Amino acid sequence: MTSETGLRTVPVNTRARITAVHADGELGRRIRDMGLIPGTEIAVTGKAPLRDPVALRLRDFTLTLRNNEADHIRVEILEG
Amino acid sequence: MNEELTIALAGNPNSGKTTMFNALTGARQHVGNYPGVTVTRKEGFHTVNGTRLRIVDLPGTYSLTPYTEEELAARSFIIGEKPHAVIDVVDAGTLERSLYLAVQFMELGAPVVIALNMMDEVKRRKMTLDSGRLSTLLGVPVVETVARDGKGAQEMIAEAVQHARAHNGHATPLRISYGADVDAALDEMERAIVAARFLTDRLPARWVALKYLEKDEEIVTRGRAAGVLSRELEAVSDRLAEHLRATLNTDAESLIADHRYGYIASLLRQGVVRKDVTHERLRISDAVDKVLTHALLGPIIMLGVLYGMFQLTFAVGEIPMGYVEDGFGWLSETVEAAMPDGLVRSLVVSGVIDGVGGVLGFVPLILFMFLCLSVLEDLGYMARMAYMLDRVFKFFGLHGSSVMPFIISGGIPGGCAVPGVMAARTLRSPREKLATILTAPFMSCGAKVPVFILLIAAFFPQHGADALFVITLAGWAMALLVAKLLRHTVIKGPATPFLMELPPYRIPTLRGVLIHTWERGWQYIRKAGTVILAISILLWAAMTFPGLPEDQTARFESMRGDVQAELDAATASGAQAEALATFEDKLADIDNLEAEETLRNSIAGRVGTAFEPITAPAGFDWRTNIALLGGFAAKEVVVSTLGTAFSLGEVDPEDADSLASKLAEDPAFSMWSAVSLIIFTLLYAPCFVTVVVMAREAGWKWAGFSVVFNTALAYGLAVIVYQIGTRI
Repeated sequence: MTSETGLRTVPVNTRARITAVHADGELGRRIRDMGLIPGTEIAVTGKAPLRDPVALRLRDFTLTLRNNEADHIRVEILEG
Repeated sequence: MNEELTIALAGNPNSGKTTMFNALTGARQHVGNYPGVTVTRKEGFHTVNGTRLRIVDLPGTYSLTPYTEEELAARSFIIGEKPHAVIDVVDAGTLERSLYLAVQFMELGAPVVIALNMMDEVKRRKMTLDSGRLSTLLGVPVVETVARDGKGAQEMIAEAVQHARAHNGHATPLRISYGADVDAALDEMERAIVAARFLTDRLPARWVALKYLEKDEEIVTRGRAAGVLSRELEAVSDRLAEHLRATLNTDAESLIADHRYGYIASLLRQGVVRKDVTHERLRISDAVDKVLTHALLGPIIMLGVLYGMFQLTFAVGEIPMGYVEDGFGWLSETVEAAMPDGLVRSLVVSGVIDGVGGVLGFVPLILFMFLCLSVLEDLGYMARMAYMLDRVFKFFGLHGSSVMPFIISGGIPGGCAVPGVMAARTLRSPREKLATILTAPFMSCGAKVPVFILLIAAFFPQHGADALFVITLAGWAMALLVAKLLRHTVIKGPATPFLMELPPYRIPTLRGVLIHTWERGWQYIRKAGTVILAISILLWAAMTFPGLPEDQTARFESMRGDVQAELDAATASGAQAEALATFEDKLADIDNLEAEETLRNSIAGRVGTAFEPITAPAGFDWRTNIALLGGFAAKEVVVSTLGTAFSLGEVDPEDADSLASKLAEDPAFSMWSAVSLIIFTLLYAPCFVTVVVMAREAGWKWAGFSVVFNTALAYGLAVIVYQIGTRI
């Protein structure tokens, strides 16, 4: 069973797959350039001391982004 | 053969590009600016079989969408200067993402050679990469390298040279399918572009079409200037955008990115990568991050690292600093003894040696600080600091990436606002960038540190490291508060995205750290040797001329004569040694008085005295005023000017007191005027070089704003602290 949710709500140490990116302009371009496109598998690997930004693992590297940027990204949680 | 080939080194940040550059060019490199943009460029030379290669280090980028200045600079270089080959240094561990940039170079028609770097790590991870297969699929040479120990570098260069000769700077642009809708539009536009020879003297037709679809501002602007076809292309682009919005609820940019990644993924699936599921490097990095970015431990460790750095820097750096200071002291005495009394000796000793020596004395300390900074940077810890501090910085209207400019500017004492302000380029938002540029000069740069150390040594000798730590934190606090103020008043606007890579931790190489340390240290030394030397001489002249009027000189002469006569009489009458000594002291006092009167009567003295009514509430006397005015030119001058101001007053060569103890004994100075002076020095107008750099980065209006605003702020706070301090 998979459920779609915002990236912000994904807990640490959870894997998810991007289903949609609702961002355009500079933010959208930056997000895409870093490889955050629909279909990409990600894992939330950590959160900064103040719970923001979050650290993600994708395509064998670690990317950080803020919660309000994560809000533009929809994901489905992957089991296991 | 006498030809010279231009080879560009490109790649993602942290891909080992600069290590490769250093390995190839050694110390023979040249730093300049990309024309039209303010990103620095490094180039160096390398010779292979008699062919001279000009190797240009492009700024590290993830993409060629000219979104940051780095991306724009990299793209402009490829388009404008048409390098004979582009070596794309790729972190083999993040191949999928790294190829995103390579593909863009290939679409642009650049002759690309891919250097699969960090192959040692890939092998350690039991991952297999078939570089031959990748080369066949992409149709470009692929070389396996390990930049850290230079493995594969020669082969890479040989491939690049061969590739350059074979293609003469023009490779066939890569064509990727972007799906039926986009491809149809691309084909239509490409035909029109080719027919009209629109921008095709420099750019591949399909690439121009692609950029129109991506709504690339730079290319569209160029296109509009180039001809009427631009309007037609924009119409096609708009039509496609509408169609995509209606049918797929997406835009061309997203589709293009999706297909580029899709293209790369399909390449890699064709037997290029076979990976073991274990990601050793990332697992170790993750484990370290669990501790170093831990909610509670992370910030504590960060403070510990910074504090430890001071302690270490002071414990170790002070030893060679003592040697250098002794050396200059010796030089000063030797020259003084060897030269006849007069203006020239005064110029050499007080102007040149004391001025420049005061600055160069701090070189060991500053080099050591740069060394620590380089280690943290190369280790990958700096990115973690940005990550941990972003939330806080966002609150103050800044960006996690502002940490770097702040730290380089002197967030860890010993930095310099000049490279710090330049480092703010990596910030994308003009607002956060501006706020960072305007507040970075509040940090304890390497030029202010000598002032602080001097005053701390004079007034708080027991608390050297602690006092500097407090000053450093005060610099941060002021920078953040002022940033918050600015972002709520003159530079309002929303926050920019924080998409940043956390590179895996890597043990820095000695060579890399030494090169980085030297690059920064050299900037400082060069400044001391040129700007500061010139300013020292100017200030010496301002403090020497005009001399005392003749009647005054005569008055001191007669005073001396009187005392001398008494002394002679006393000697003749066989007075005690102690009695004779009082006469000697009297003579010295007269000399001091004369020197002080001379200084006060000089141009600088008159200016300093004129400012006294204004600066008295902050506890500064006319001599401090001279030093602070000199500090507008360069903060180091504050120390050297204080040194010169006080050494002009000193006549007894036996008196080997340090400047610190002279200040401590001087009635014009008190503990509170020292505190006030520290605050003023920390905050007032950035040095001249910084102002010029600020003007280049943000415009003269903001540079001027910073001079006026910072000085007013510094003055206000200095007055408040001095007034309150002296009353309690």
